[in-house]
Amino acid sequence: MKKTIKYVVYDIIRNRFVIGYTLLLLLLSVSFFWFEADPNKGLLSLLNIILMVIPLVSVIFSTIHFYNSYEFIELLSAQPMSRRTIYFSQFLGLCFSLGMAFLIGVGLPTLIFDGSMRGLTLVLGGLLITLTLVAIAFLASVITKDKAKAIGVALAVWFYLCILYDGMVLMVLVNMADYPMEKASLVFSALNPMDLARILVLMQLDVSALMGITGAVFQNFFSSTWGVFISFVLLLLWVITPVFFGYRIFSKKDL
Amino acid sequence: MMIKFENINKSFGKSEVLQNISLNLEMGQSVAILGPNGSGKTTLIKSLLGMVIPDSGQILFDGKNIKNEFAYRSEIGYMPQIGNYPPNLKIAQLIDMMKDIRKGKKEGIIIDEEIIELFKLKKMYQKPLGTLSGGTKQKVSAALAFLFDPKVLILDEPTAGLDPLASELLKSKILEEKRKGKLIIITSHIMADLEELSTHVVYMQEGKLKIFKELEDLRLEYGEERLGKIIALLMKNNFSKIIA
Repeated sequence: MKKTIKYVVYDIIRNRFVIGYTLLLLLLSVSFFWFEADPNKGLLSLLNIILMVIPLVSVIFSTIHFYNSYEFIELLSAQPMSRRTIYFSQFLGLCFSLGMAFLIGVGLPTLIFDGSMRGLTLVLGGLLITLTLVAIAFLASVITKDKAKAIGVALAVWFYLCILYDGMVLMVLVNMADYPMEKASLVFSALNPMDLARILVLMQLDVSALMGITGAVFQNFFSSTWGVFISFVLLLLWVITPVFFGYRIFSKKDL
Repeated sequence: MMIKFENINKSFGKSEVLQNISLNLEMGQSVAILGPNGSGKTTLIKSLLGMVIPDSGQILFDGKNIKNEFAYRSEIGYMPQIGNYPPNLKIAQLIDMMKDIRKGKKEGIIIDEEIIELFKLKKMYQKPLGTLSGGTKQKVSAALAFLFDPKVLILDEPTAGLDPLASELLKSKILEEKRKGKLIIITSHIMADLEELSTHVVYMQEGKLKIFKELEDLRLEYGEERLGKIIALLMKNNFSKIIA
């Protein structure tokens, strides 16, 4: 499997798009840190970009890559090679390439300009978000039969996680304002990887004072080692679950 | 060694692409799979390769059911109809990768680079696959199919995109492998090629296996020398049956 991953990675990192993506992220992060005198603010602006751009690029690029590799996947499946090896070498190859792009584009400048715990949380959270969206893109690719549909599903998932979900949660919270919703909102945020990553970083930035009682509940939970640990486990589950279901479907799929 | 299809059924949605196909293929045979477009030829080949999973029935390769297996494919060389490869990899890297994959999968593996020599692919080793023409990709596919001296060769439209010289070179290579007693399975729409290369004919129509016979027997039966004529007669017969 290692050998196959090597060639998948080799093919992707020569792709101009991935190079451009890395440079764009690098430019964004460096300029945020340069122009904001307060690294706290720089980090916050960066967080907002990361939570929109990175999921979008990861999910679209992975879906397109899967379908562009379709004939290659066919070729591999005619070799003495199991479906598992084929699926996971593609997945891990993509994770490695996009993960490297993120680490070079965002991780490196963040750790240089702001080498603190909050910087590290941002990098780790962003990395897990990248992997989650790659995993979701693979699931979207194996349940559909053509590229256009797969991209449609991938975009819908992105739209749901990044935009729709927050709107829905907000609606629930407003309508239920008479009840104590602090615990509930904690659960809501755990059900969306984007929110989870966002809150993890926000808690490190000491802005929870602006968020009222909910902020206090969050602060209590996410600042404890236990809370941070649970959040990262949840984020990991967001990677593992779609990959696993994607594999189950791929292993029975007609190529 | 032989390949045995037992009551294979496969449907995509409502269309039944393979209907109760049973077929025994043996070493030393060179089998031409014929039939109109959409008759299930490629699906049959893909089910042998494990790329399409039949709804029912089983395929035995050397006596073993191929379901959920993959090691058996080290005995198969496959040349697809359209070869698309990772565009940024170079030919040399692709070939190295295939060698990497096959290494250790079979004892005493033999590397046969004759096709690479014949098609002078070494000169283009450093070119990325994305920049190659359709014909050159076809040559790369052929090189990969023959590279590991497999016992079974599956060739899907092998000569379709090749220039006349390359086509002749490939055919002579196929004949050479046939003389070694390998099992060769070919689909093509070029009757003259099949006439030259095959000993047996499988004729499929609408997902059903209509005929599996030796080419010589068919010639006697229909009183025709040329395969093209025989197939035309076959198609006409079936067609008139449908009308009647």
